[in-house]
Amino acid sequence: MTTAIWLFLLFVAFTLLITWWSARRSGGASAYFAAGRRIKAWQNGLAIAGDYMSAASFLGIAGMIALKGYDGFMYSVGFLVAYLTVLLIVAEPLRNSGKFTMADVLAYRLKARPVRAMAALSTLTVTIFYMIAQMVGAGSLVKLLLPGVSYELAVIGVGVLMIIYVVFGGMLATTWVQITKAILLLAGSVMLSILVMAQFGYSFGSFFEAVSHVTWIDPKTGAQVTQNFLQPGLAFKGTLGAIDLISLGIALVLGTAGLPHILIRFYTVPDARTARLSVVWAMVAIGAFYLMTTFFGFGAATLLTPANIPDQNMAAPLLAQHLGGDIFFAFISAVAFATILAVVAGLTISASTSFAHDFYTNVIHAGRERAPGEEVRVARIAAFVVGATAILLAIGLRSTNVAFLVGLAFAVAASANLPPMVLALFWKRFDTAGACWGLGVGLVSSIALILLSPSIMGTDGTTLIAGEPIFPLRNPGIVSVPLGFAAAIVATLLTRERAAEEKFAEFSVRANTGLGAEKAV
Amino acid sequence: MSKKDLDLTTSVSAETDVTRVGRTEAPPPHEQTADEDIDVVDWDRVASTNDFKTLVDLRARFLIPATIFFLAYYFTLLVLVGFFPEVMSRTVSWLGPVNLAYLFALSQFAMVGLVAYAYLRHAKRFDALAAKIRREALVSSGSKTT
Repeated sequence: MTTAIWLFLLFVAFTLLITWWSARRSGGASAYFAAGRRIKAWQNGLAIAGDYMSAASFLGIAGMIALKGYDGFMYSVGFLVAYLTVLLIVAEPLRNSGKFTMADVLAYRLKARPVRAMAALSTLTVTIFYMIAQMVGAGSLVKLLLPGVSYELAVIGVGVLMIIYVVFGGMLATTWVQITKAILLLAGSVMLSILVMAQFGYSFGSFFEAVSHVTWIDPKTGAQVTQNFLQPGLAFKGTLGAIDLISLGIALVLGTAGLPHILIRFYTVPDARTARLSVVWAMVAIGAFYLMTTFFGFGAATLLTPANIPDQNMAAPLLAQHLGGDIFFAFISAVAFATILAVVAGLTISASTSFAHDFYTNVIHAGRERAPGEEVRVARIAAFVVGATAILLAIGLRSTNVAFLVGLAFAVAASANLPPMVLALFWKRFDTAGACWGLGVGLVSSIALILLSPSIMGTDGTTLIAGEPIFPLRNPGIVSVPLGFAAAIVATLLTRERAAEEKFAEFSVRANTGLGAEKAV
Repeated sequence: MSKKDLDLTTSVSAETDVTRVGRTEAPPPHEQTADEDIDVVDWDRVASTNDFKTLVDLRARFLIPATIFFLAYYFTLLVLVGFFPEVMSRTVSWLGPVNLAYLFALSQFAMVGLVAYAYLRHAKRFDALAAKIRREALVSSGSKTT
């Protein structure tokens, strides 16, 4: 195991060196901005893929399929189909109108201050949920590498390191860093898939034959269990399970288009056509990756069997160790760890700065800084609070599947962010009240339903709150997304904002033609 | 500290999704509201041209059916798998243990590819028309000022 630790540290150092080098190559942030307009579609596509394929995709889905078979694969399908929403609905209008985010789109026609404030709160919340998932993944990874360390200590250690990292500098999550990350993750997945298939003589027939008869000894009862892992219903059981599955699907398909770190990517390309092509390139990379979850997810189920996967988030690294020894194990762990680091750093900075500027200064101090540097201080405090909250919740949610946790972040994004954004793009009548109510109701309802769900409430002593769960579904999307839409629509219909309606023609021309955003015509 | 040092946001990718912290100058273009940015053309006039109406129409005629189709195709999988797991567990004789559920899930990957491909083909027409609208709008507004 010690060889693995040293190799892991070596690989992490190496990955960080590559990212540092590629960040330097792009010449820092200001040059990046200028060079950004020259980013090619495939490069931007890989960067989007790198941003998207977090620890959750890799560690979480592998674990979910390894324990729950086919139902885990539903995450793979949902994460990919979600990109059609991005491609068809948000990518081009966003690029054409020259906007970075949902907040920019909303503030353009509506009253900037209230909508930015609400958007900042919802961004912060989505970020915290995303962070929890990454922290749980990182904590489990460190615990696996250093068996003497408790999970709590691992999470606190990783979390504190990340906060320090972000507060005093932060990793340069430039396009090149994300591209590097995407390539490493894809390379790791291809190797893992090939090693799995080698065990079955590269025959799909014998692979699926094995997947349909996974046999292991249940460590608790000592009884032998045989399970067909291709059969649906292992995780989502009965009518309630079916509704939960649909609820998850709603969150995944609609949530991606509301994720702040994905939307920002469309500003780095020269025009709508490149934005469109880059989504398609991202879909190729992401699609290939999620197809491969078949091999390493079901592979972990058959080759390790659930009996040998004590922590479901560790199925992929354990499989790597089983098939490729300590070197491959260290490589896969390092790739996952570097992935987590890059995702967390980027997200924390964007959330804490948006809180400091859009919420603190704009709302509490009416748009003026009281003292020079105050916003920076608030941003640092916000980054610290986000990190600390994520650490505490990650400790409470130990060994919860990280893909599931990310699914919750998607649910919040789908309920709060997506309805106002879609309505602002296509509905002339949409106004400030609609945006604020949509954001507020979507945010509050999704959070409340998560807190009342079986993931947080339970009677077996493993959950954060003891008590019978009040809301039966684990995924809130099926209720909170319609609520978000309804609140936005009703609040709009009850109010009238002529100024916002008058500017719709301008916004629509910009969003459809790119007029005014194109540098050269 | 100089103004640059106060800006946390430079350390992440590009200008981020948020206003630069500690910034005192005018907002960057992406943050501007409709009142703050420069009106390069008469928006209402462009919005009332036939070309623009055709463009909006062309988009809608592809995007609405395509969106309905992909959402329907995706949620059909979830409904079938969720409510009828026994039916979906049936295997296809010539494919060994591979069942309908897995085949339908795999077909989602193909569906995503097909919709994306169809959109890329269709979108060429938007690009040409949008370029024409931009050109004509700028030419006519240019002649107005000179």
